[in-house]
Amino acid sequence: MATEVLKAEKLVKVFTEPARQQVLYDVSLSVDKGQFVTIMGKSGCGKSTLLYLLSTLDTDYEGTVTIMGMEVTGLDEEELAKFRNEHIGFVFQFHFLLPEFTALENVMLPALKLGRWDAATVEERAMDKLRQMEMDGYARQPSGKLSGGQQQRVAIARALINEPDLILADEPTGNLDSANTERVIGIFRELARQGNTIIVVTHDRDLAERADRIVEMADGRIVG
Amino acid sequence: MKLPVNLSIARVHLLSRKKQTLVATLGVTFGIAMFIFMISFMTGVNNVISDILLSVTPDIHFYNDVKTDYRNSVSAQYFKEDSGKWIIVRHPRPRAILLNLKNSPGIIAGMRRTPGVAVVSPLISVQVLFNYGPVQLGVIADGVDIREEDRIFGLTGKMVNGRPGDLLTTANGILIGRKLAEKLNVGVGDLVTATASSGAQMRFRVAGIYEFGLGSVDEGKVYVSLQDLQQLLGKDRDYITDIRIKLKNNQQAHSLARLLARQYGYRADDWETTNASIKAGNRIRNTLTYVVSFTMLVVAGFGIYNIMNMVILGKMKDIAILKAQGFGRKDITTIFLSQSLVTGVAGGVAGLLLGFLLSYGLSTMPFPHDDFMLIKTYPVTFESRHYLLGAGFGLLTTLAAGWLPARRAAKVDPVAILRA
Repeated sequence: MATEVLKAEKLVKVFTEPARQQVLYDVSLSVDKGQFVTIMGKSGCGKSTLLYLLSTLDTDYEGTVTIMGMEVTGLDEEELAKFRNEHIGFVFQFHFLLPEFTALENVMLPALKLGRWDAATVEERAMDKLRQMEMDGYARQPSGKLSGGQQQRVAIARALINEPDLILADEPTGNLDSANTERVIGIFRELARQGNTIIVVTHDRDLAERADRIVEMADGRIVG
Repeated sequence: MKLPVNLSIARVHLLSRKKQTLVATLGVTFGIAMFIFMISFMTGVNNVISDILLSVTPDIHFYNDVKTDYRNSVSAQYFKEDSGKWIIVRHPRPRAILLNLKNSPGIIAGMRRTPGVAVVSPLISVQVLFNYGPVQLGVIADGVDIREEDRIFGLTGKMVNGRPGDLLTTANGILIGRKLAEKLNVGVGDLVTATASSGAQMRFRVAGIYEFGLGSVDEGKVYVSLQDLQQLLGKDRDYITDIRIKLKNNQQAHSLARLLARQYGYRADDWETTNASIKAGNRIRNTLTYVVSFTMLVVAGFGIYNIMNMVILGKMKDIAILKAQGFGRKDITTIFLSQSLVTGVAGGVAGLLLGFLLSYGLSTMPFPHDDFMLIKTYPVTFESRHYLLGAGFGLLTTLAAGWLPARRAAKVDPVAILRA
């Protein structure tokens, strides 16, 4: 029987700014270990909002989120930060690397924060991840000097560094040309094959169709 | 990357904007340097003024104050006691009392036995006139036991010519201040004539010349022997008007003065009361120093505050990413507060050094020649507590200036930034 990595129950999200607007209606979702799930839907359907609830970054909601058997709803900020560091890897639409740091340092930072390995091991592991993304040749470059596609691959390496139980991606190909999109899709596919649990929010059909499972959303509800 | 991860992030941030970091650091540097410089100079000035004035002030001055207590009026003798009458006396005068201390040998012996008293110097202090051609110079003549007086004021070290002991070996000897000697155009061995208020005159032979470095003393005071002055005034051998006391610890002056005043029924002023104006002056200068220094440090603090706020505004995205990756509020606070602290500490250390160099420079600058005060260079003190205070002030300002922006950074909502 597959392990349940993520379980979301009856998530309700209401924005009060600028005006009261409910964006999620009793959304429940369960993801098993090793699944590659994409969440699709029109822009404004609440799929990104859902992702940020699942990511523990947004704590202002009703319902419960359980990750790896741990109910994260209601934990305080410091506990959540620690939890994210240990269990969740993030990839954003706009790669979001720290521009003053080299590609390697960007990948290393979450692991240094985690403190599970010493600095030398962290560096070795970070190089491994970069190699996996075929970015090892750019390790010592300031991340600000890399192209968008390169930065996104560094960002994926960074998401992987702490061996997270769950990888979350918000429109990871949304800002890339088709060649890089293809490449990033390939990487996700490969990560899924290696047994990673991945949830990707996207409106890119090509990406969605390569997933194990597609969750369709519309108007704040899961429709399929 | 040997530093803890938060600090190494802070380091990268600092180094990635060297110019801003330098400006913020220099702000603190100048603030602290000026604080050190000003307080060292002001304390130096205070010390010089206190030293000079205290060098001519005894710890306790004991004397017979002219009473202005008119409750016992002679008018009663003429009008008898009569409760039905109001007697109004306008402009009453004190009785013609003697200004001396009664039973002075007893008082002196008693004081010498009082614990805490180091030296007791009985004396007569009167106004006399010196004639120099047509000019008459009014001067305070102190008839003293010169050995006791020497023990109180360290006269030996202040002699330009002769020794205090020469007063004892010279018949009708007199010690006069350097400037008075110049005015009277006399040197050691010359004769001067003093006229008492009664008109009695006496010729004295200059036995020595001293210089306290304080114009009013060097020009307006002479020492003669107690006996000579008693003779000039036509008084007996027990006639004493004042007693100067040196204590083992001058901080006890206030309480001991009160004790002696109560015990013997005369007035006793401690040095702090006598020199209240010095204290007030010191306090004003100190306040000024602190206000100005504090203002400068606050300005430096605002510099840090502004720069850190700008930095944080520009780093909103980075903060959101760090948070998404598991850096908590404490981490973010550490990252940004440590940047302020590094700025503050670096600026502070440089400021202490610059302050020291400025103070040192001033302390070697010659002081313009002045007849009132006898100092060769600008007075500057070098006290470790000022440097500690400067360092503490600097650290505190930086902490305060860094705390608010760092807290603001820690409060950044990552969702709002990442989704925007």
